[in-house]
This record gives sequence, structure tokens and C-alpha cells, in this order.
Amino acid sequence: MEMLLASAIGVLTSVGVYLALMRTSFALILGLSLISYAVNLFLFAAGRLAPGFPPIIGGLTPMTDPLPQALVLTAIVISFGMTAVLVMLALGSYLLGGHDGVDEG
Amino acid sequence: MSHLIIAPVLLPAIIAALILLLPRLQRLLSVIGTAGLAAVSVQLLVTTSHRAPETYLLGNWPAPFGIVLQLDRLAALMLVLTAGLACAVLWHVVATRLDNRTRHFHALFQFQLMGLSGAYLTGDLFNLFVFFEVLLIASYGLMVHGGGAARLQAGLRYVAVNLAGSSLFLVALALIYAVTGTLNMADLAVKVADLPPGDQALIRTAAVLLMLVFALKGALVPLHLWLPGTYAQAPAAVAALFAVLTKVGAYAVLRTTTLIFPTDTPATGTLLMDILLPAALITLLLGALGALGAAGLPRVLAFAAIASMGTLFTAIAQATPQATSAALYYLIHSTLSGAALFLLSDRLQPRTGSAILFFATALAVAGLPPLSGFLGKLMILQASTAQAGLIWPVILIGSFLMLLAFARQGSNLFWTPVPDTDPEHATPLGPPALLLAAMVALTVGAGPVTDWLSVTARSLHGAP
Repeated sequence: MEMLLASAIGVLTSVGVYLALMRTSFALILGLSLISYAVNLFLFAAGRLAPGFPPIIGGLTPMTDPLPQALVLTAIVISFGMTAVLVMLALGSYLLGGHDGVDEG
Repeated sequence: MSHLIIAPVLLPAIIAALILLLPRLQRLLSVIGTAGLAAVSVQLLVTTSHRAPETYLLGNWPAPFGIVLQLDRLAALMLVLTAGLACAVLWHVVATRLDNRTRHFHALFQFQLMGLSGAYLTGDLFNLFVFFEVLLIASYGLMVHGGGAARLQAGLRYVAVNLAGSSLFLVALALIYAVTGTLNMADLAVKVADLPPGDQALIRTAAVLLMLVFALKGALVPLHLWLPGTYAQAPAAVAALFAVLTKVGAYAVLRTTTLIFPTDTPATGTLLMDILLPAALITLLLGALGALGAAGLPRVLAFAAIASMGTLFTAIAQATPQATSAALYYLIHSTLSGAALFLLSDRLQPRTGSAILFFATALAVAGLPPLSGFLGKLMILQASTAQAGLIWPVILIGSFLMLLAFARQGSNLFWTPVPDTDPEHATPLGPPALLLAAMVALTVGAGPVTDWLSVTARSLHGAP
């Protein structure tokens, strides 16, 4: 489980960074989305991996920490909104400027 | 517990929603909202000057389980500075009819103010992230206001850089939560101070990541590359408002390094300041050199903003009460002067009034007497006598380069004959004159202001 999650975060981050460093805005947006997925998984892991347990203190079973899940939800909403803004800007600059590049000049 | 503490966040949020509902009244509502924010901020500043820092529990959930807002002198100072700047910027916006181009300028403007107020007041690291996002998403809208291919291109880069920064912020938060189990700043200060040695490496990583994010906001070298294009392409009034956006980075560095990671905490020690100082000095020099070499007034002003951030971070990196007090004074000055120059640069015409304002503000930015820039830099020099051999030459050479850059811009702008242009479209001189008047007041009242700031700085550093 730990190995799976850690390697998923690692692969998502490295692919995301590679794509974000490319020169077209399409690859940039894909890359930043993948990085935000990796970050969400990482936030999730901050509450320790305790699959299958309820987020309730004082029950009979071990509990899982609900706070990172709330943080992940907030982070998902924010990164969704930000990505939408980025897509609109990229579309606008492509339609007005006639090219899909990110670099200056 | 006074409910007034949450007003700086709620008021702009309500006004922004009303503006969306009643677009015909947007200008009136925005002026009322900004003036109201200024009044509330001044009231908070007055009350917090006499009292200990106050905590506001949202929904009355006890800290550290609920979310808290915290009002201390630093937060109140930043609120007043932001609200005052917003008044001048709004005056410029109304006078130049920048808000006529789309219907949503004022709503975005109010959301920007909401994000800024929230970032100063929050006592919780995750809410700092949320308010950063609020102010960023409003700034994206403001930055591309008016459109145009070049502006949208610059906006795309600005958003992409900040999205990457937000991801790093979340990674840092996850690390901090994983190690300490809390994100409340006051609670973190206690838990980080007596962390077992095995966890210290993780918290050190988180601390450096946090500093990276704040340095990105504060345009510290090598994370400054987004700033010149963004500020030069943004509408002048928006760039003036952005003068306080970089200061949010400085505020966050100051808040976290005094509260959570002070230099006597065993987990981080002087690590953060050891990184911050060289970066700040290089930022100062690169900003000044950039101002000397940049083409066009907006780019020169953008590099001047980078240089002023370098000076500010140099003072913050000293981590002494005296240096922090100097840093706060310089922060007020550099926000006012940078914004005044950006407001002046909008459709600047070589006339007597604008020439006098440009001359006075440029002198202040370069750090020559008699205005507050000189006093601010003098205080920073006095506070850094321990490392005078390193810091003094950099600050003084940087100031000299800035002087050259502004002399060059001034002679290009005002001594080049231009065909007589329509005075209707000249830049309004009222808003920059207001900011200049604030700088004069800051200079004349330097005694009481520095007394107040040194009490603030001492309480930040936990000294009596």
C-alpha cells in the first residue's frame, strides 16, 4: 500500500514537472493538473494510511484522520477552479495571439 | 471577543456579491466598500494599539480544532496599508474609467481586498493558503482586465507560476500536518519548538518549502522572473494594487519566521535566515541592474519593485527586533512609493505637475533625502551593523543604480519634446499626490511611527 501510493505520487509528479516545462500551453496545463493530483494524494497521505476505518474518535475500531480529507477536498476545488482559469487564458491567448507558446516574445 | 475582527473579510465579500447583483451601482458600491474597509481597519489599528493581540474563534469552536482569526499590531498595520492603497487605486480607476471596459472590475477588486485582509488576519496555515488563492484568483482577473494578446500571454505565465507555487504550498502543509498534527500557527509554534530529533528533518523540509512559496510571492531571486512581465503588462492601476501583493509574501515570511520558525528553534535554527540573506542581497542588485537596463517605464518600475523587495528581505533576514521594525517602516514606504509611480506611469505626459510628482517619488524610491525612502534605508543600515561589510555596500550600490535608472527615465520622459496631446487623457494627478502626501506624513511623523513599529517588532519576536 505505502509502496503503491508513494510510487504513484512520484510518477505523477515527475510526469507533471516534465509536461509543465514544455513550451506549449496545452502541455503546461496537463502538467500542472498532474502535479495537483500528486499533491492531493500527498495531502491524503499526511493523515497516515488507515484504509477501511471510520473517521470517529472513541469507537471500537482504529480511526482514520478526517482532517486531511477535508483539506484534499478544498485543494481539489481550488485547483479545479484555477485550471479552468488557466484554460480560458490559454484559449484567449491562442485565439488572439495565434500561437500556443508559453515563452516570452 | 469583538466581531469587528472578521469585518475586513466579510465586508468586501458582501460588497462584491452586491456588485454582481446590481452592476449599475458597481462604482458607488465599490467606493462605499473600500471606504468602509479603510474605516474598519483604522478602528482595528486603534483598538489593537492599546490591547493584547485578540483571537476570533469562527463558529466559536475552540482553538486549535476550529479556525481562528488573529488580530495583532502587524495584521492591523497591513490592513490599514492595504485599505489606504486601495482607496488611492480606486480613485485612479474611477478617474480614468478603467472600469468601463468590462462589468466585473469592481467585483474582482473587492474579492482581491477580501483575500488580502484574510491573509493578514488568519491564524491558521491552511487558511493562509485559501486566502492566498482568493487573492490570486482575483488578481488573475484584474491582471488580464482589458484584454489584448500580450496581456493574456503574460497572464498565462503569471497563473502558471502561481499554480506551481500553490502546489508547493500544499506539499509543505501536508508535511507540517504529518509531523505535528496541527495547522494552527500558535499551536505549531509550541509543537515545533519541542519536536523529537527524528522529526526535525521533515519539518526543516517543510519550512524551506514554505519559504520558497513566500519567496515566489515576494519575487525573491531566483523566483522573480514572473514579476517584470506581469507588472509591465497589467493595467497601471492594477500594477499599483499589486505593489501590496508582493508585500504579502514578505508579511508571510515575517509571520512564520517570527512565530513558528524563530532562529532559536532547534528544528530549523538559523537555516532560513542563512538562505534568505544572500537571496535578498542578490535580488536587490539584480532588481537595480534590471531597472537600469529595462526598456520602457513600466518595466523599470517592475524591476524597482524587485529591488525594493530585496531591501525589505535583507532587513527581515536580520531577525532582530530593531531590523524588523526597520523592515516594517520600509514596507510601508515601498508600498506607497511603488504604487505612486505605477499610478503616475499610466498615460504619463510631460507636464509640470506630473514631473514634480515623478521627481519626488523617484527620489524617495532611490532612497535620497528628504522623504521616507531615505529614513527607511537608514534604519535598515543601522539595524545591520553586525554584517555591515556585506550589507552596506549592496544597499548603497543598489540605491545608486536606482538613482541612475530613474534619472535616465526622467530625462527621457520629461526632456523629450512631444506633440501637444489631449489633456483630457492625461493621467489624473490626485491619487499619486495622495500617496506622496502619505509618504510625507510618514517622514514627518517618523518618530511616533517608529516607536509604534518597534513595539510591534518586539512583540513579534517575543521580546519584552
